[in-house]
Amino acid sequence: MDADDELIGDEAMFSNGVDEARTAVRSSMSGGEQMDVEGYASLYSGRTKICRLLFVADRCGGGDHQEATQLEALRMAYDEIKKGEDSHLHRDVAAKIAGRLGPDYGLDLAWSDAVDRRAEQRKEKLENELNGYRTNLIKESIRMGYNDFGDFYFAHGQLGDAFKSYVRTRDYCTTSKHIIQMCLNVILVSIELGQFMHVSNYVGKAEQTSDTLDPVTVAKLKCASGLAQLEAKKYKLAARKFLETGPELGNNYTEVIAQQDVATYGGLCALASFDRMELKNKVIDNINFRNFLELVPEVRELIHDFYTSHYASCLEYLDNLKPNLLLDIHLHDHVETLYTQIRHKAIIQYTHPFISVDLNTMAGAFKTSVAGLEKELEALITENQIQARIDSHNKILYARHADQRNATFQRALQTGVEFDRDVRAMLLRANLMKYENNIRASRKL
Amino acid sequence: MDSMETLLSQIQAFSGSPQDVSHLHSLLKQSEDSLQSQQPSRFVPLLEQLDPSKHSLGYLYFLEAYASGPISREQASGFLLTVVNFINSCAVEQIRLAPDKFLSICKKYKDQVMQLQVPMQGVAPLRTAIRKIQSSSEHLTSLHSDFFLLCILSKCYKSAQSILDEDIFEVDQPRDLFLYGYYGGIINIGLKRFDKAIECLHNVFTSPMTSLNAIAVEAYKKYILVSLIQNGQVPSFPKYTSASAQRGLKTYTQPYIDLATSYATGKFAEIEACIQTNMDKYQSDSNLGLVKQVLSSLYKHNIQRLTQTYLTLSLQDIANTVQLNTPKEAEMHVLRMIQDGEIFATINQKDGMVSFHEDPEQYKTCEMIEHIDSSIQRLMKLSKKLSAIDEQISCDPTYANKVGRERPRYDYDDFDSVPHKFF
Repeated sequence: MDADDELIGDEAMFSNGVDEARTAVRSSMSGGEQMDVEGYASLYSGRTKICRLLFVADRCGGGDHQEATQLEALRMAYDEIKKGEDSHLHRDVAAKIAGRLGPDYGLDLAWSDAVDRRAEQRKEKLENELNGYRTNLIKESIRMGYNDFGDFYFAHGQLGDAFKSYVRTRDYCTTSKHIIQMCLNVILVSIELGQFMHVSNYVGKAEQTSDTLDPVTVAKLKCASGLAQLEAKKYKLAARKFLETGPELGNNYTEVIAQQDVATYGGLCALASFDRMELKNKVIDNINFRNFLELVPEVRELIHDFYTSHYASCLEYLDNLKPNLLLDIHLHDHVETLYTQIRHKAIIQYTHPFISVDLNTMAGAFKTSVAGLEKELEALITENQIQARIDSHNKILYARHADQRNATFQRALQTGVEFDRDVRAMLLRANLMKYENNIRASRKL
Repeated sequence: MDSMETLLSQIQAFSGSPQDVSHLHSLLKQSEDSLQSQQPSRFVPLLEQLDPSKHSLGYLYFLEAYASGPISREQASGFLLTVVNFINSCAVEQIRLAPDKFLSICKKYKDQVMQLQVPMQGVAPLRTAIRKIQSSSEHLTSLHSDFFLLCILSKCYKSAQSILDEDIFEVDQPRDLFLYGYYGGIINIGLKRFDKAIECLHNVFTSPMTSLNAIAVEAYKKYILVSLIQNGQVPSFPKYTSASAQRGLKTYTQPYIDLATSYATGKFAEIEACIQTNMDKYQSDSNLGLVKQVLSSLYKHNIQRLTQTYLTLSLQDIANTVQLNTPKEAEMHVLRMIQDGEIFATINQKDGMVSFHEDPEQYKTCEMIEHIDSSIQRLMKLSKKLSAIDEQISCDPTYANKVGRERPRYDYDDFDSVPHKFF
């Protein structure tokens, strides 16, 4: 397989000119620089839609078209909030807009008062109901009561209280279906809260239930735990979870994640953490995941480019995707790490089949200068990720095949010296301790 | 008056067979008080009547009594001569009967040499003295540290080497070990044997101690510096380091720890700034020379790192990466390192390129096999010793007692102690 790669790799190096023309067309398609806020927002529903829009707005600061994006995001968030019942968010957004969108998008006191008043009434009603259920000790009704409370708090943005209410239903769950419902609710709130510890916790609980889960729930749970692993920076595990997500997910989990996200998160994490074999078996040959990838052609293309060693075009796709990924509420923290890992992976993979590599062609393939590439290679060699040495004079990288025999001799001698030293020090200390012990004993006598 | 004369004749009579000598030893012990009460100057004529090689034990007692008093400047040279003569000619089996006396004479001798500021004179006699008094080469006497001190003062590092290279396992006084390790470290630094120096100093601050001492602190300072020069980093405390040392050492050696931290960044500017701010402290600890060596060792470590990554590199690039000013300086550094066998490289002056090579050692020569074999033998001997000591300690009644006591156990005493409070 390596021989094949080499051929493809070489081809890529020499056909860079053609590549560029091709990528130019593609990049205009992907619309790298400006984000389509409306299209983005339409992927989501519920609270995450608002949160994501607000996140986009926060991230877009200065710059002309950035401000346009920001206002667009704020406007949509404002409209979305008006459909809901969260007066806090409303006030926040109004403050952020600060009158830039005209009088229609100001602080609507009448609306928020009405919402608050309705909330008070509803809360009272719910409390009365719950008290009634509790005196009657009907488990199912109590569960429903707490569940309603959870829904109510969630709608009003009191996430901590919502979390508590949902967790409380746990004691009153009688069937595994209830347990799963409880888990999904808790997971949803925890994701909104950013408490990913709870997420993986409750995913585990849900997966342990005795009944076989329906495929949609399975897919939801996979996504949730993938997110949790991503937040914990365990990219390999995250990639596995996203890759295992079934196509049943569809548009059923838009309050947390869109299908496109599964493709992007899973694809990037896989690129950063999988080796070639895994990439082939688990990503490219994965029929389920292919469906997701079809939704985000850029990611699909870049994975294929990576696998077929078209690094220049792969890296270009990555660069084009970057501004949008930075606006993603879950991925933004990890973009840099993932990107450096992917880049390192690419460099390592590039050098792997060769005995010697011409740095000039390699720099061309990675769209960087020879000096910059040398620095990157130096860092990778120092970390022992590439076994090679650089001939800086002729600008050639030579693979270095470690001499096992010599290395073993060296290590053996080194270990011997260390052992010698340690044992001597140990004997000395033992004698000292014996001496002190004797002194103490003689003092006692 | 008479007692001394009789003692003298007894000494002359009983210095033959071992039985006689041990009889004489008890006689001398009995008359120790009367010896101490005499005028020190009285012993000069008495000593002249004894032969140090034959009557070593008696000579030792007289000499010790003589040395216990103050010695005037005029007498000093005579005293030194007598002691040197005695050390060189005394009979080993006789002086070993009274090692304390012998040690105290040697100490007195060392003090005199120091007072007269001629430390070099004392080096050879003390080395002979150590050889004569130590029961085996593994035995650490309290003379070791004195001997090293004289070597350091007279800068005769080489003459200390033979004693220093012997492994020490038996220790009379922990304090001796501290000084032995500290001075030994300094001598090894003087001999540029940094790995040995690290070992010596390491032994000092990892020794079991209940409270921190100044020797350990100074040793740790030097340990940091030498570790940086040799390995480019300072290892953390091994877990057997006593708690008091782990707690205390860092607070007393802050300027040195700062230096190690800035060294780890690999930036010259930071290290130089650190040295500038702590200059006074390094100077007052008289470690400034070592600190300067630390600075220059950074070039070395950086160049060494380059050999791992590059096959060829121009001198200009070397100068840039290791932050030297000119290619010329880089060439000097590389040259010196090739000479010292620290890297394997060739310099091509025509185009200013350096090619780095792999270690040419193939581990095929007879010498290498012999070297490996001798190491194996040595290690086997050491591990045998270790298991012997382990056995010995496990059988030691005091040790067994201690371990038994530490194990939680419901003793009769435990129950008994409670009601006492209510009485």
